[in-house]
Amino acid sequence: MITEALVLSAILFVIGTFGVLVRRNAMIMFLCIELQLNAVNLSFVAFSRLFGIEGQIFVFFVMTVAAAEAAVGLAIIISIFRHYETVNVDSFNLLKW
Amino acid sequence: MSGVLLSLAALVQGSSEAANEAGHFEPFLPGLIVLLPLLGFIANGYLSLRHARVSADSVRSGSEFDLSDASSRPSTHTLPTWIGPGVMGAAFLITLVNFSRMLGVHLEEAVVVHYWTWIATGTFSVEAALQLDQLSIIMMMVITGVGTLIHVFSVGYMKDDPGYPRYFAYLNLFVFFMLVLVMGSSYALMFVGWEGVGLCSYLLIGYWFSDREKADAGKKAFIVNRIGDVGFLVAMFLLFKNFGSVDFISIFHDADTLIYGGGLVTAITLFFFIGAIGKSAQIPLYVWLPDAMAGPTPVSALIHAATMVTAGVYLVARSSVLFALAPFSSAIVAGVGVLTALFAATIALKQNDIKKVLAYSTVSQLGYMFLGVGVGAYAAGVFHLMTHAFFKALLFLGSGAVIHSMHEAYHATHSHEDAQDMRNMGGLHRPMRITCITMWIATLAIAGIWPFAGFFSKDEIIWYAGAWAGAEGAPYPQLYTVYWMLALVAALLTAFYMTRMMVMTFHGKNRTGEKEQGHLHEAPPVMWIPLAVLALLSVFGGWINVPEALSAGWAGLGGLLPMSEWLHHWLEPITAQAHHVQEVNLGKYSYYAPFGGGEALWAAISTILAGTVVFLTVQIVRRQEILAVKDDATDLSGFSKVLFNKYYVDELYDRVIVQPILRISRFCWRVIDAGIIDGAVNAVGWGSKGAGWLVSMFQTGSINTYAFILTVGVLFVLGASLF
Repeated sequence: MITEALVLSAILFVIGTFGVLVRRNAMIMFLCIELQLNAVNLSFVAFSRLFGIEGQIFVFFVMTVAAAEAAVGLAIIISIFRHYETVNVDSFNLLKW
Repeated sequence: MSGVLLSLAALVQGSSEAANEAGHFEPFLPGLIVLLPLLGFIANGYLSLRHARVSADSVRSGSEFDLSDASSRPSTHTLPTWIGPGVMGAAFLITLVNFSRMLGVHLEEAVVVHYWTWIATGTFSVEAALQLDQLSIIMMMVITGVGTLIHVFSVGYMKDDPGYPRYFAYLNLFVFFMLVLVMGSSYALMFVGWEGVGLCSYLLIGYWFSDREKADAGKKAFIVNRIGDVGFLVAMFLLFKNFGSVDFISIFHDADTLIYGGGLVTAITLFFFIGAIGKSAQIPLYVWLPDAMAGPTPVSALIHAATMVTAGVYLVARSSVLFALAPFSSAIVAGVGVLTALFAATIALKQNDIKKVLAYSTVSQLGYMFLGVGVGAYAAGVFHLMTHAFFKALLFLGSGAVIHSMHEAYHATHSHEDAQDMRNMGGLHRPMRITCITMWIATLAIAGIWPFAGFFSKDEIIWYAGAWAGAEGAPYPQLYTVYWMLALVAALLTAFYMTRMMVMTFHGKNRTGEKEQGHLHEAPPVMWIPLAVLALLSVFGGWINVPEALSAGWAGLGGLLPMSEWLHHWLEPITAQAHHVQEVNLGKYSYYAPFGGGEALWAAISTILAGTVVFLTVQIVRRQEILAVKDDATDLSGFSKVLFNKYYVDELYDRVIVQPILRISRFCWRVIDAGIIDGAVNAVGWGSKGAGWLVSMFQTGSINTYAFILTVGVLFVLGASLF
């Protein structure tokens, strides 16, 4: 039972990672990051069956942080869109010296 | 408020341990003697800083004040006139009270007044304490007494100088350090004064620091003195290592534990003497003193004739026990002294700058003092120190009056002749009668003519040198015979060069110039009154120590001069221990001159010889045709050229020491510092910058690249931790 859950979690995580690496739409990349977070959440829940309740508690923390992150991230994306009228990450490279 | 005043009073009064029953000597405010010049320095220093601001403001607002006009001088220029000499006079009065109190009692042991503990580490501690005894009180009398006169003279000499308050600030500071030097109760405290007077000497030689040559002269004095100071320090460390203390009283108390003529005491005394050589301008470190004449003339009188340069003699006299224990060191002291006396006297023969003659004369007379303390006649050395302070301060101040007059004459006619060159003087006895008479008195004193001060002191030194040579069991008798003869020759040379200076300056035809002659004038009273006082001291100062052998004879006017060997007896508590050491190890002095004859006979011979030299020199120099500097085209040749160029010693030092040091320094600077050290530092900088530039290539600003590198990195870390 736990093996299947962990396999699913790994598949979801890899999908999320590839999504972040190959997609150029900031919105999609953002969703992929959420996918990664939830893949980790799934493994937390799965492991909590073996090791106790702490894993499930941790999931709530992750979800809380993810919500906050989503709020900030979306706000950034919106302001980028207002400025460039695009959310294609190739079209802005200000994140350097 | 009253509590503060009380504790201040306690600080000034200190706590004395007058642990002697024989006589009860209660020191009177000894701390205030030291404190007053320091307060003077603070007040004058503050005025000096204010003065700079006031004059800068007045220049900016276009209303520049005229310093030569007495009514328009700012208060910062008039106040030091009262503060500078005022604190000195007060210090002198307090010293006088202490001196008269000490006269009344027979003080066997030094009185030490404790203030606070300066250094306390483990078993070693240095007290901030002042020592009052027969030696330090004599030094204090000379410093504050002659110092006061010179401060008063300075009021006239420096009145138009824009740095007037700064001058008095330095001068007061000097007196403070000099008093610390002679009153400190330990070598450590003495060293504080020793370094302090060196600093003030530097500041005052380079007083007119905008003149490059004068600033360099100050630097030279400072650096040459530093060489000697190393010796002083090493000696002090050796004392500490051996005795665990640097206190005078405890060291001299334990001095018996040293082996007579042993290596340790010889090393200690030789290192102390290196310090004395530097400060007191003896061969080979005398070169700074003639250059020190770049300072204002009263400074030369106070620091470079009367007080600071005699610190070395004071050091030897203070450490008399140690030097008595080291006959080899004493022979070196006497030898260096007499060689310097002769060497400097020969240089003085050919100098034309009036202050240079006096400078070499000072070096020469300091040599005599060292000869005195080197042959175990510590009282005679201190005696000559005292009389020399009188007549040499007088000579310098007199030359100051002459230079002042010459300078104003040339200033009035806007000519740029040398106001210090004796070839430009001559015939000055007409406009400057008082200066001329007082300086003649000093000249006769320094030449050793009876009954002036120098006769008694110099003669005593020469006599003791001879007596030491003839003493039974004295070490190196032949050597001391040579010393004695050299000292006699130097005495005759002294009579010659001093008379030559006087005749060139005051007699013969005036060579100042047609237009300038009318402007030459006598010094104002504020300047000639100190001269007159010093002249009195130069006449009578020697009478406090008429040798016993002379006092009943002609030289003592058949016992009319009352104070037979007074100073000798006065200093006995200081010198007794040293004389005891000499008696135990060498036997008693046997008072025989090397060629027979008593002290009275040799005194008569020397004064007649000196008188003859003075008389002949007057005749010879008056007949010589001397040309003013601008007309003088004589080329010196042979030995007189060597003398005129001071044996080329400065050139030799420059070639052998200064230039190699400069070359090594330049090598260290260009190759080691600029090349290797700076190169390494710069290489690190450039390397980091280059590496940064390379790495910054990865920072593209593209989020995808970052995400990719991040992922690869995480995978790498995971992989590394797995396998």
